[in-house]
Amino acid sequence: MPKATNPDDPDDNGVQIDLISGERMESLASTEKIRMILDGVHDGNIVILEEGLTPDEESKLIEMTMAEISPDAGFNGIEIETYPKSETKDSSLLGRLMGSNESAAKLTVIGPANQIETLHKDETLISALVSRN
Amino acid sequence: MGLLTGLKDSISRVTDRLFTDETPKRIGIYGPPNAGKTTLANRIARDWTGDAVGTESHVPHETRRARRKEDVEIERNGQSVSIDIVDTPGVTTKVDYEEFTDEMEEEDAIRRSREATEGVAEAMHWLREDVDGVIYVLDSAEDPITQVNTMLIGIIESRDLPVLIFANKIDLDEASVKRIEDAFPQHKTVPLSAKEGENMDEVYDNIAEYFG
Repeated sequence: MPKATNPDDPDDNGVQIDLISGERMESLASTEKIRMILDGVHDGNIVILEEGLTPDEESKLIEMTMAEISPDAGFNGIEIETYPKSETKDSSLLGRLMGSNESAAKLTVIGPANQIETLHKDETLISALVSRN
Repeated sequence: MGLLTGLKDSISRVTDRLFTDETPKRIGIYGPPNAGKTTLANRIARDWTGDAVGTESHVPHETRRARRKEDVEIERNGQSVSIDIVDTPGVTTKVDYEEFTDEMEEEDAIRRSREATEGVAEAMHWLREDVDGVIYVLDSAEDPITQVNTMLIGIIESRDLPVLIFANKIDLDEASVKRIEDAFPQHKTVPLSAKEGENMDEVYDNIAEYFG
């Protein structure tokens, strides 16, 4: 992925944002998805997933994040935000058959915990503050 | 033939014991750090076995290893329900050792953060592999709509595990059980104070009903 910023350049205060399409994620195995996310976050990037992760992948993301936290390397984990589950979703059998309840397609924002801070979140809006460091 | 029949009967008895409903279900106590999981685990264990499970603390990540209390027999309405309680470390997506430096030396804080990360990973592993039901503990005085809570409840639902939400710390002035009920209306919410022992009858009724 081409770098939009140069972290070695002290004058470069930009933050790289990777918007990853659902199509790109679909072709990856769970471990590859998580690796790609964590590699991006380790580089100080903000990763935005068009379609989010499955619950099982979220569980593995937490587990792998924990394994990689290192006080020595200055990595203390991730901040992750998706919209909360809507209470008004159609959970009827028909609804599920029509696919209105089973989709995990939730835009997801992931970044280094020391660079991203969630300011506000509700069912339709995620507002976050991103800093260079 | 008599020997073979006897052997067959013995094997049958052992396998029956292993695979019938008599095997205590492992109930994981999950939730964010400082929700009162260990206080609850200790309350349940002390009420029914006389022993505690672990050390309680106001400093986050006091529990850094999943701890199991086996064969906790809870009696309700003349029936007995046997469960194993698994007290797990608070789940989070970040651990910063500097959060602990007010309470301890830097070296100890770093060690605590390393152990905490291992504990969270272990808790997630238990959730995917080794629990039969979940008690999800929340601090009633805190906003329940956090990413960790939303993700954890989603993970539990995706595994079709029975789950009870415990709205803990109702003894605090700022407590709001309704906020938790509104956040997760698809699950039963039970209010309680594990620290003060408030509403424990309803807690045990629900444990027996959901996990018995």
